[in-house]
Amino acid sequence: MAADLCELNAFPAVRVRNLVRGFSGRGVLNGLDLDIHKGEFVALLGRSGSGKSTLLRALAEFDHGVAGSGEMAVPDHVAVVFQDARLLPWKRVIDNVTLGLEGPDVTGRALKALEEVELAGRERAWPNQLSGGEQQRVALARSLVRAPDLLLADEPFSALDALTRLRMHDLLRLLCQRHRPAVLLVTHDVEEAIKLADRIVVLESGKLVTDTPIDAATRSGKGRRALRATLLTQMGVYATTEEALAAI
Amino acid sequence: MTTASLEDKFTPPVAAIHLPEPQTLQPQRPAQKRRSLRLGKPVRYGWTLGPILLIAAWAVGSATGLIDERSLPAPWTVVATAQDLIAEGRLQENLVVSLRRVAQGFGIGVTVGLIVALISGLSRIGEYLIDGIVQIKRAIPILALIPLLMLYLGIGETMKVTIIALMVFVPVYINVHAYLRGIDSRYIELADSIRLGYVGFIRHIVLPGALPGLMLGLRFGVNFAWLALVVVEQINATSGIGYMINLAGSYGQINIVLVGLVLYAILGFASDAVIRLIQKRALSWQRTFAN
Repeated sequence: MAADLCELNAFPAVRVRNLVRGFSGRGVLNGLDLDIHKGEFVALLGRSGSGKSTLLRALAEFDHGVAGSGEMAVPDHVAVVFQDARLLPWKRVIDNVTLGLEGPDVTGRALKALEEVELAGRERAWPNQLSGGEQQRVALARSLVRAPDLLLADEPFSALDALTRLRMHDLLRLLCQRHRPAVLLVTHDVEEAIKLADRIVVLESGKLVTDTPIDAATRSGKGRRALRATLLTQMGVYATTEEALAAI
Repeated sequence: MTTASLEDKFTPPVAAIHLPEPQTLQPQRPAQKRRSLRLGKPVRYGWTLGPILLIAAWAVGSATGLIDERSLPAPWTVVATAQDLIAEGRLQENLVVSLRRVAQGFGIGVTVGLIVALISGLSRIGEYLIDGIVQIKRAIPILALIPLLMLYLGIGETMKVTIIALMVFVPVYINVHAYLRGIDSRYIELADSIRLGYVGFIRHIVLPGALPGLMLGLRFGVNFAWLALVVVEQINATSGIGYMINLAGSYGQINIVLVGLVLYAILGFASDAVIRLIQKRALSWQRTFAN
């Protein structure tokens, strides 16, 4: 068992070395290194334009024709959850989940995934009959049913209302604990990152400037406040700004 | 903590306040209700009001003699004429000929339009080969092509069906092509992320996404088919509704002309209704959205 664990750690699910990406001469990622281990939940923070989406698109291999270099190893089974649910409006919920899915008992697996995201019984609905949160849960089921080794999530909750977002956090954490994919969650919400992740990395000017594990000490109380302040500072929100905001 | 205790202190017991009676809370200017900016509730079959009034005015005008029988015969005269034409068998005979022309031309036009749009919509080389030609063809009015087509195809049925098909082809091609090319690029990313592959992408995303375009093309196409029919039947025909109208016109039989026009209206309307029904069935996912 111990040997197995060592081996797992020795071969991370995602291994990125010296990744460079640029658009029309402007460097967006400048020699980025990142490892994500199997079953590890990593939150990627960064201000707008810091290259978060570029990194995610590189990992998802969406960036055909983008100039760049570097070493990158990602698993075969990668699933992406987008900011919008991105369901096909002309396909029923079940057909959206099974879209492009192969293997035995596709429908059974899709129904099980829908049950996991608490949408049992809605499989015959059209996407536009669902609320925003429900649509995003269908998107989650569409990803989970593929049993990904790596789940990439691009600000998946930013379009949801605050209450729905909290419920989605719990659901995502539960599902990730159950299925243990490596997760990279792109977000600009520090609270969300601390709540969900095992590790937080901050991207600034195309490089990771912070790589900090989250544990019991930093998940609550003083440790949490300190971490929050540090992360916000790195994202360009200074304590003074925050104090000023709190004073209002 | 402090807020809570303050609230306790300053919230008097409910019974102590004498709330005003609900009536006194009514707005002070009750008479002036603000006008809603909405159009009001739709009434079913409300659109029939205009046509019914028009026919009623026609009937009243004819009965009172306000409308000259020679320039516009009464509605009942038109109905009687239609009955006569049916009894003679002329109406059915011409109707069948016209319907066959429209059906053939429409069928060929839609099929060719769809196939060509798929070739041009799904590949760059197809677009470069085809789209320019179609746009040029579009710029030439169909009426201008008639003399040429008559030289090539004669004045028989082939020429008539060809003209109808050419007319139907354009809107089907334009709309299907536009919708094929208008696929949301976010769906391309989605297809990429779930490794859908080219065939799956076309089958599950591009084709269903272009279906609304086909439906739009069909609706325009069916209108254009009737339009083309009128043209070909009035130029050189020995049968069909248009021929019937033309012949009656040259003999001054205005009641037969009117029967023909009413027939055109019914046919055009009915065929559009059929297409709309197909559209509703094919795009049921859109219907739920509209509700």
